[in-house]
Amino acid sequence: MSNIAVADAAAPPTAAKPFLTRLGAGFINRLVIIVPYLWLLFFFLIPFVIVFKISLSQTAIAMPPYTPVLDFSDGVSGFFAGFRDLNFDNYVWLTQDALYFKAYITSLIIAAISTVLTLLVGYPIAYGMARAPATIRPTLLMLVILPFWTSFLIRVYAWIGILKPEGLLNQLLLSLHIINQPLVILNTYTAIFIGIVYSYLPFMVLPLYSSLEKMDYSLIEAAKDLGCPPTAAFWKITFPLSLPGVIAGCLLVFIPAVGEFVIPDLLGGSQTLMIGKTLWNEFFANRDWPVSSAVAVILLLLLTVPIMLFQQAQARAQEQGK
Amino acid sequence: MNTTWSRFNVTSIVLGFAFLYLPIVLLIVFSFNESKLVTVWGGFSTKWYVSLFHNQGLMDATWVTARVGVISATVATVLGTLAALTLTRYTRFNGRVLFSGMVFAPLVMPEVITGLSLLLLFVAVGLDRGFFTVTLAHITLTMCFVAVVVQSRLVSFDRSLEEAAMDLGATPAKTFFQITLPVILPAIVSGWMLAFTLSLDDLVIASFTSGPGATTLPMKIYSQVRLGVTPEINAACTILIAVVAVGVIIASIANKRREVQRQLDEQAAQRG
Amino acid sequence: MKSLGSIRRDFAPWNDPNAKPYIQFDNVTKKFGDFTAVNNLSLTIFEREFFALLGASGCGKSTLLRMLAGFEEPTAGRILLDGQDLRGIPPYRRPVNMMFQSYALFPHMTVENNIAFGLKQEGMPKPDIEKRVAEMLKLVKLEQFAKRKPHQLSGGQRQRVALARSVAKRPKVLLLDEPLGALDKKLREETQFELMDLQQELGLTFVVVTHDQEEAMTMADRIAIMDKGEVMQVATPAEVYEAPASRFVAHFVGNVNMFEGKVAERSANTTRITGPSGAQIVVENGGAAAAANADIVFAIRPEKIKVSSKKPADAVNALEGEVYDVAYLGDMTVYHIRLDDGQIVRASALNAARVTEDPLTWNDRAWVSFRPDAGVVLAR
Repeated sequence: MSNIAVADAAAPPTAAKPFLTRLGAGFINRLVIIVPYLWLLFFFLIPFVIVFKISLSQTAIAMPPYTPVLDFSDGVSGFFAGFRDLNFDNYVWLTQDALYFKAYITSLIIAAISTVLTLLVGYPIAYGMARAPATIRPTLLMLVILPFWTSFLIRVYAWIGILKPEGLLNQLLLSLHIINQPLVILNTYTAIFIGIVYSYLPFMVLPLYSSLEKMDYSLIEAAKDLGCPPTAAFWKITFPLSLPGVIAGCLLVFIPAVGEFVIPDLLGGSQTLMIGKTLWNEFFANRDWPVSSAVAVILLLLLTVPIMLFQQAQARAQEQGK
Repeated sequence: MNTTWSRFNVTSIVLGFAFLYLPIVLLIVFSFNESKLVTVWGGFSTKWYVSLFHNQGLMDATWVTARVGVISATVATVLGTLAALTLTRYTRFNGRVLFSGMVFAPLVMPEVITGLSLLLLFVAVGLDRGFFTVTLAHITLTMCFVAVVVQSRLVSFDRSLEEAAMDLGATPAKTFFQITLPVILPAIVSGWMLAFTLSLDDLVIASFTSGPGATTLPMKIYSQVRLGVTPEINAACTILIAVVAVGVIIASIANKRREVQRQLDEQAAQRG
Repeated sequence: MKSLGSIRRDFAPWNDPNAKPYIQFDNVTKKFGDFTAVNNLSLTIFEREFFALLGASGCGKSTLLRMLAGFEEPTAGRILLDGQDLRGIPPYRRPVNMMFQSYALFPHMTVENNIAFGLKQEGMPKPDIEKRVAEMLKLVKLEQFAKRKPHQLSGGQRQRVALARSVAKRPKVLLLDEPLGALDKKLREETQFELMDLQQELGLTFVVVTHDQEEAMTMADRIAIMDKGEVMQVATPAEVYEAPASRFVAHFVGNVNMFEGKVAERSANTTRITGPSGAQIVVENGGAAAAANADIVFAIRPEKIKVSSKKPADAVNALEGEVYDVAYLGDMTVYHIRLDDGQIVRASALNAARVTEDPLTWNDRAWVSFRPDAGVVLAR
């Protein structure tokens, strides 16, 4: 912006009219940046500061249920004065109760296993799509995206009817005499894995497909021509070249899966432990806002590295798109 | 890639799509079940659809969800388009890294965190929870998705179109409204549709930020699901799926038609 | 020097000291960060001239055009159009229009709306716009395509729409960025002549950017050859070819042979040059001053060199060698002769008769000969 100001200062008086229009254009330019910027600052970034601040407050039986109350009525100085009464008691509490530690670890492990499972299920699908005749590829792509447009909640709900003891899966297996006793799947970790793989599959398939589809098939032909058998050609050529898609897909599944609430709540039952569910219960059942804030802060810290990796992958993809 | 489609490829696609669609198909089938037991077939019936329309709570929630969806998707489309313009057009300004971080992070942020943090913000500034706060929360979440969709279109936008317009005497504002906006309009429309469906779909953020009198449809369905599976919910879900699926399929068929027509036109033009 | 003028012999304002320049670049520099795209460049273009900027990609020719259109501001120096300084005037207020390399046709508008776009911005009354659009469609012979969208047109038709759109406003200057770059060879040749006719008909000043020397030679009154942000030579096509100002220009336009050597003896008009192996040639120096013993180069085009199997009796300059390569191209034959000192000379002979009496072939002994005035003397 500064070089425009310099140019205008040096401009002869005859350029007065363009100067005004350019001032207008500069103002609009700034508006384009400022409006979404301020919105995200206010509704995305500042809330995290508030979460952090409340995680240092005390629980109280009041509305809102914590002290000191964060209050803008005293102005900004009052807002910051409140920081004096803050302490780390809630974090100490989290370390003392093994439940939280277990919930974090379980969530990370479940998310990691589910991510690998989703990759194993998603890769053959994406690979098959990329090798499909060009005429039907758009249709296949739409079929992968379509479930994404239908409600997440509904898709998770659909599995309850299938997995419960008297559900459709058990009915099928019993009638085929594969099993004698109904399998207990609902309300176990297995159900959570199925739910996550099912719900997040499109997030894995789409980036994989876009990196596989771009690949030049003559590379495989060249490898085979040079004496490489098909399986080795896959591991030496196809898979390394699809790595950006693998990384993007894994991050898109892993990060939200760690904090997942709906799937463990509906499919995992009361016995399974995941941090998203713990946070929800702390907030809605125990009404302990400061502790749930502390839970959120730690969760966010755990996810900082994966989220930054995701940002970088996005930025790279954007650069390549240009 | 262009090559033969092996048996392995076909099998994995068929199995994959069976996995993706079978649960939804079963859900739809059992919404027409006569029996109240969801998993035992008792004959064809549409009685659950009838009782659905007499369920006032569900109808109210649908109305709330539709209004939240339309308003938040519309505002989010404006903000998201501005954000996409910022990301692609202004490569150097103070705080650009922070800005792109704030656009991309909500895409993967666990919903419980986003929901909790927005709620605490609304409490801190003294906003009563309800219709307005849910709408604000959904705008914040969905504008980032709109930004990504519009941005991917802007990246491939031929800037010389804008230069040509200015060269022919159009001011920057006129250039934007007469050239840029019409050309990227399809991306903006699909951004709106995405924002609307995400809003329609959201349970977690709405649960945190909503208040009495602003129960959304997913919240209503969730509270009933917790009490057990009923054919009535299957019916409600079927209608939701049908609405979205019909919308998406019509949009993509129209898109495909345009694309095919365009290719035919181009071929005809090349032949002269 | 003998006259090597314009093909349009009555049009040569650059030779008239009283002619008023129309476009002036005054010591213009343009930097993008550390990269200098245009370096302290001065250039004058006259009204109604068809001017070509010729150079390889990255030489700064497009930047020069974009500064004239107003998409870039010079870092230093000034650009004058008809006496007016263009600094600070945005592209939408400049009386200059541009035809883009990609054509930049608005995809959501019909052909007639594309052409009318600039006129609407001017606020021209509707009936006048319709009249002008019809006129333009007729000019580019696209009357029956008025209602089509750009994607329903062939490449050549799109090019003509872009042209019609950019001349519809009757700009003072039309800028053309690689106007024929996207067309196939045959269409390109036809269109070259159409562009020249159009320029004559409308009486506009054309500034065209191209990397294709044949295109520049065919169309332009004068050519500026650019390299690394600087102008190497500004001259008519004939001068650029027959009297290149530097080795760069000689190499850039057409094929050339270079005889390097030292000045052995010089008179008022001629110079005797001794090559590295001791072979001597005598050339006209065109009055260029070169001290005795100075290193110089004699540049000569292949078609100015005669190849024969015996030493020509009357030749001033004749060098012996053997045939290294022969390429028969139909209309002419190109010989590569390796001289006895090792230098390879390229010579081309027009196949004026159907049968050559004395065809030379590989490894034959051969003589190359040329007149003293067949090339130019350049500094090393």
